Amino acid sequence: MKRFAGLFNAIDQSTKTTVKVAALAEYFHEATEQDRIWTIAIFSGRRPKRAVTTTRLREWAAEVAGIPLWLFEDAYPIVGDLAETIALVLPPAETVSDHGLSYWIDMLRALPQVEEDARKQAVLDAWNSLDPTQRFLFNKLITGGFRIGVSQKLMTRALARATGRDEPEMAHRLMGDWDPAQVTWQALIEAEDPAANASRPYPFYLAYALDAAPDDLGPPVAWQAEWKWDGIRGQLIVRAGEHYVWSRGEELMTDRFPELARARDFIPDGTVLDGELLAWGDMAPQNFNALQKRIGRKTVPRKLLQEAPVILYAYDLLEWQGEDLRHNPLADRRAILEDLCMGLPPDAPVKLSPTIDFDSWVALADIRTAAREAQAEGLMLKRKISPYLTGRKKGDWWKWKLDPLTIDAVMIYAQSGHGRRANLFTDFTFAVWNGNDLVPFTKAYSGLTDAEFRQITAWVKKNTLERFGPVRSVTPHHVFEIAFEGIQASPRHKSGVALRFPRMARWRQDKPVQEANSLADLNEMLEIYG
Amino acid sequence: MSALTFTPSGIYCPAGDFYIDPWRPVSRALITHGHADHARSGMGAYLATDIAAPVMRHRLGEIALDTAAYGEVRQIGGARVSFHPAGHVPGSAQIRVEVAGEVWVASGDYKIVDDGLSTPFEPVKCHHFITESTFGLPVFRWPDQAEVARQINDWWAQCAAAGKVAFLGCYALGKAQRLLTMLDPAIGPILTHAAIEHTNRIMRTQGIDLPETVLANADLNPKDHPGALVLAPPSALGSAWARKFGVQETGFASGWMALRGIRRRRAGDRGFVISDHADWPGLLSAISETGAENIYVTHGYTDIFARYLTEQGWNAQVLKTEFGTDTEEDAA
Ligand SMILES: [Zn+2]
Ligand SMILES: [Zn+2]
Repeated sequence: MKRFAGLFNAIDQSTKTTVKVAALAEYFHEATEQDRIWTIAIFSGRRPKRAVTTTRLREWAAEVAGIPLWLFEDAYPIVGDLAETIALVLPPAETVSDHGLSYWIDMLRALPQVEEDARKQAVLDAWNSLDPTQRFLFNKLITGGFRIGVSQKLMTRALARATGRDEPEMAHRLMGDWDPAQVTWQALIEAEDPAANASRPYPFYLAYALDAAPDDLGPPVAWQAEWKWDGIRGQLIVRAGEHYVWSRGEELMTDRFPELARARDFIPDGTVLDGELLAWGDMAPQNFNALQKRIGRKTVPRKLLQEAPVILYAYDLLEWQGEDLRHNPLADRRAILEDLCMGLPPDAPVKLSPTIDFDSWVALADIRTAAREAQAEGLMLKRKISPYLTGRKKGDWWKWKLDPLTIDAVMIYAQSGHGRRANLFTDFTFAVWNGNDLVPFTKAYSGLTDAEFRQITAWVKKNTLERFGPVRSVTPHHVFEIAFEGIQASPRHKSGVALRFPRMARWRQDKPVQEANSLADLNEMLEIYG
Repeated sequence: MSALTFTPSGIYCPAGDFYIDPWRPVSRALITHGHADHARSGMGAYLATDIAAPVMRHRLGEIALDTAAYGEVRQIGGARVSFHPAGHVPGSAQIRVEVAGEVWVASGDYKIVDDGLSTPFEPVKCHHFITESTFGLPVFRWPDQAEVARQINDWWAQCAAAGKVAFLGCYALGKAQRLLTMLDPAIGPILTHAAIEHTNRIMRTQGIDLPETVLANADLNPKDHPGALVLAPPSALGSAWARKFGVQETGFASGWMALRGIRRRRAGDRGFVISDHADWPGLLSAISETGAENIYVTHGYTDIFARYLTEQGWNAQVLKTEFGTDTEEDAA
């Protein structure tokens, strides 16, 4: 556990990707085979079956610490993490252990078979032989949720470095249903794998945001305009009779979207499409909420498949008849893409994302204002002669997003942040006027600087009206401009609306509380944009 | 009437007509220590320990300041008053007030462990004890000072070996000087921000032994001091002044660094757990040792801590004060 704790500390103390990758790569060189496999498993979201409930863990920790359970429960939201709270409240360990990561995992895997008394004793003995960092990690093995700044991608890169193989191959190897308790390093990482080549995606080309009107881009005729869709950027690969779906984060999502399997019936081998994964309505994309229900689900219930069927709204063609087209001009790639999509039946899970005709930048600016009605976030501008580049590059591709919607609201509740913001008030509830009442309608917790958070924290402490656990109601006094990307009717909310991506755009210290917006203003926005 | 009462201006002694650490201007103020939330300007007359006095004069300018040694008894009106070591920073005191046999102790900020710099904390028997609770949660338990010193020196040596400057953020009064005594000058030169060097000079003048430091002012050329560690207040980390030192790592020394979330947000590269406030076991042992039945809880996790004390049989209540605001909470 010491070596794993050392790896954890090295990763946790650094914000630099290079440092993290180096620490992981070194660990993959040195650790035992079992520890390496479990490390990969843990960092890719797998963990041993939960052997103990968190309720028991809390009770046992409070008991060993000699504190009442309520005190433990009060400390937990301040620390922000259960595993850490337990690690910190326990008295210092009385013994030392040299066991490695997989020893503890094997011990936890054996626990479900033993009586509760023995289970408790095993956990208490472990706590009593581990230092606080090791204890924290041990608890994380039980509770799950290792969010320690190691993305799947970062781990893939480190593995690639440690093994001398390339990243997409590693990414593909780590997909699917392997069992860390059964698999060998040889089978998981080293054995020949012909599928890896077929599945390999191209790196995505990403656009920069346009911060002013596009007048400086030259004559409009050199540019192609499309809606900027509000889905998941994805690549669909059809090769050697198989298909693969990759997200922009280079995560393999083939199993998440089973409806795309039908693409194999219509699209020939040797084709790679770039586009947006969207939930499709009858004639047009559904809004993002529909797709939201699908994200994060590994298996999809039939009902959801019918309600929110996913398609790839294709806008670029990267490979055709097995040939890499990325150096060809966009206009040429588009021509083949249009031909390909023309031949698809209406129920195919791939559709062509249309281009938008325009003859002047002014006309296009006008079109852009209708983006919300089209379920789009704004426009994409792509130079017709541009090749398909790698990563985020300036010049040929631009996203021209809509300005967010905004409303001025009154802060009425404050809650301290979790984890990294535990000693600041950072989570606020905002209200709008309804006659003389303030009706809460959204929460927001980002958008201010650290200095502003400190300032508002000092104010909250002096202006608390009531406390409800970690939440405080405060004197209605401060007005904030809340920016958001969309608004929807929501019967679950008192105000009747739900916002998408609300955040604090500005602290309106200049605005008296009476001048905040009203519920009627919100309803008007709902009418227009909902 | 009770020996001490609580007013909108601060903790007040009617028998002696004085306040302790008041937050509004009053005619007579007894001050536990020189931190900004305890020693404020605008008081008619001040009384503090002789060791705390030089820093207070520097911070508050021309003030009418009388001093007392630890343990020296003063009669102020109907109150017997004495100052006792609080172990928080050099010169910090718990103030004992006795009126007609009723004894109160206002402890200001305190810690139990001997930091090697401040006069160590001494428990004082009393009936009524006013305690802070900055770290009044059972998750706070400080590591050994020697262990933290080893971590800081290891980090500094690694930075020096990698050709980086080690920036260590800390509170200018108390924490900075405590860290100075923990640093190993064999690793490299120790540079200081002006705010910290002012306090260093004052303490050296009053006979407190600190290692050699170099003031990092505008004329200083960082290249002349390879392998340096720079002590700076948190606000100076990442500033234009700090950036001119070139490639650097930043560390932060505070009790808050015990929490991973805060460490990740505040610490830059490294967080070191070291505080001039008592941890959970420290608070509990201090309170027990006073023998007091009545406990008044000020700045920190007041509600939670007072509830716990009440359950444990003390007569505890929360006291609303203006202690523990601004910078101290970050750098505690
Ligand atoms: Zn203090
Ligand atoms: Zn204080």
